[in-house]
Amino acid sequence: MQIYLPIAEVSVNAFLLLGLGGLVGILSGMFGVGGGFLMTPLLFFIGIPPAVAVATEANQIVAASFSGALAHFRRKTLDLWMGLILLAGGLVGATAGVQVFAALKAVGQVDLLVRVCYVVFLGIIGSLMFIESARAVSRSRRKTQPRRKLHQHSWIHGLPFKVKFRTSGLYISAIPPLLVGALVGLLAAIMGVGGGFIMVPAMIYLLGMPTKVVIGTSLFQITFVTAFTTIMHAHTNQTVDVALAFLLFIGGVVGAQIGARLGVKLQAEQLRIILSMLVLGVCGKLAFDLLVQPAELYSIGTQ
Amino acid sequence: MMRILAPFLILIAAASAAEDERIITALSQNRVAITANFDGSEILIYGAIKRESPQPEGKLGLVITVAGPPERSIVRRKERVFGIWVNVDAVEVGAAPTFYAVASSAPIEDILLHIEDLRYNIRVERMIDWVEMPQDIDDALEFPDALVRIRQSQGLYAEKPESVEIRDDTLFGTQVALPANLVEGEYTATVYITRDGKVVDSHASTIDVRKVGLGRWIYALAHEQPLLYGLLSVLLAAFTGWFASTVFRRIA
Repeated sequence: MQIYLPIAEVSVNAFLLLGLGGLVGILSGMFGVGGGFLMTPLLFFIGIPPAVAVATEANQIVAASFSGALAHFRRKTLDLWMGLILLAGGLVGATAGVQVFAALKAVGQVDLLVRVCYVVFLGIIGSLMFIESARAVSRSRRKTQPRRKLHQHSWIHGLPFKVKFRTSGLYISAIPPLLVGALVGLLAAIMGVGGGFIMVPAMIYLLGMPTKVVIGTSLFQITFVTAFTTIMHAHTNQTVDVALAFLLFIGGVVGAQIGARLGVKLQAEQLRIILSMLVLGVCGKLAFDLLVQPAELYSIGTQ
Repeated sequence: MMRILAPFLILIAAASAAEDERIITALSQNRVAITANFDGSEILIYGAIKRESPQPEGKLGLVITVAGPPERSIVRRKERVFGIWVNVDAVEVGAAPTFYAVASSAPIEDILLHIEDLRYNIRVERMIDWVEMPQDIDDALEFPDALVRIRQSQGLYAEKPESVEIRDDTLFGTQVALPANLVEGEYTATVYITRDGKVVDSHASTIDVRKVGLGRWIYALAHEQPLLYGLLSVLLAAFTGWFASTVFRRIA
């Protein structure tokens, strides 16, 4: 069944969209990732204009992360104070990102920006995940685990503007969370991702937050930053396609439930190797498209 | 008396000779609704050639064009910069139709003189208005070709010789395919009748292409009230998120 998307102005098979939403939903349910970093490139591949794909994906992430954040809020596994500081940074980053996006859209370079960002970030994250999970697999074979220090003092603790985060049990400067939030907001606006794949490691390793509250706090920040990004994109670029977002979301919700159940049955380390290879695969395809001479050198843009 | 009137009579005769053949056309539909499941459409353009006197000499030809609303756009060309392909040169197009189909009863060169094309702007190249060709770009003339080539590959520009059927030199008809990626606006279908490559008569009718239903509403809201639209998109997402979490909590 073909469906005409009113903002993207292309006709796409509705089942393909539901299927993509479902597939990415399964992955996000299995691995606990948002899936935006996979969904946005997949939308490029099926012919959605990148500007529309990025803005619409931000809208879809609102729905997905809001349902997750609600669950964490009920369980009280959310550091609200930390979330608000990350959010403040995120709003600044997203505002800057949408402006950069609009400026580059005007000179016809927005596709390039989005694609290059994807190649760089997917490349880094995919390689790190691959190395980390390969190590975890060999570690679990050897059955010995190196001891980790509970608390480490680093340069982070020397910064001013210290704030007490009761839920996380931290007393650290507000500057690192603000900067992490801003980077995530910038990526949300430019790449149409939640940014959990940057924020979660940063919260654990950089800020030293307890793992228990990391996911909830990250989802809280993502919900509001992507909501803000959606409104900004809708206002500045008119590129949010609510019909597309809705179809992706329905697929995504169902997929996430299936994925969560599948994830319990499968082995975590091997799953992460598969996910990292998937990320590297998408990265490779995008890099290939940038490096190899395209069949059509010309393109038509509107003003 | 006759002597005074004679020159006028000749003039009238000449004028009526020029209008000896007139076109009567009709369209299968003059509205195209882009619905949520719009997957392209076909328009049947048909009609008859009306003659008051016996058929004049010369090769008869019919050319039918369907033009979509013109749009300002920009054509960009990629070049390899530091190993990756990047948009470098760009040429502005003042106006180019978003859709353009030319159907004719024979290869168009055979039934339409170039000079007549210049006068009536019939072929697609004549419909594209380049603001100015920049001097600093190498082979800038390849940009117009690229525009036509890309739109052809998207099914938006088409030239279909020998797709207009003529029966008994009087009745004619053709089908023009409108693709799924249609832009809304006012479309114009024009029928030209030619004799020995010269346009004898033409007739234009309009086709109204509109998004309808929910799609129309979404598009209008997104462009006219972007802030409200953004807020509504977020609210819808938040609601579906909440709904999903509630439903699955019940199931689990």
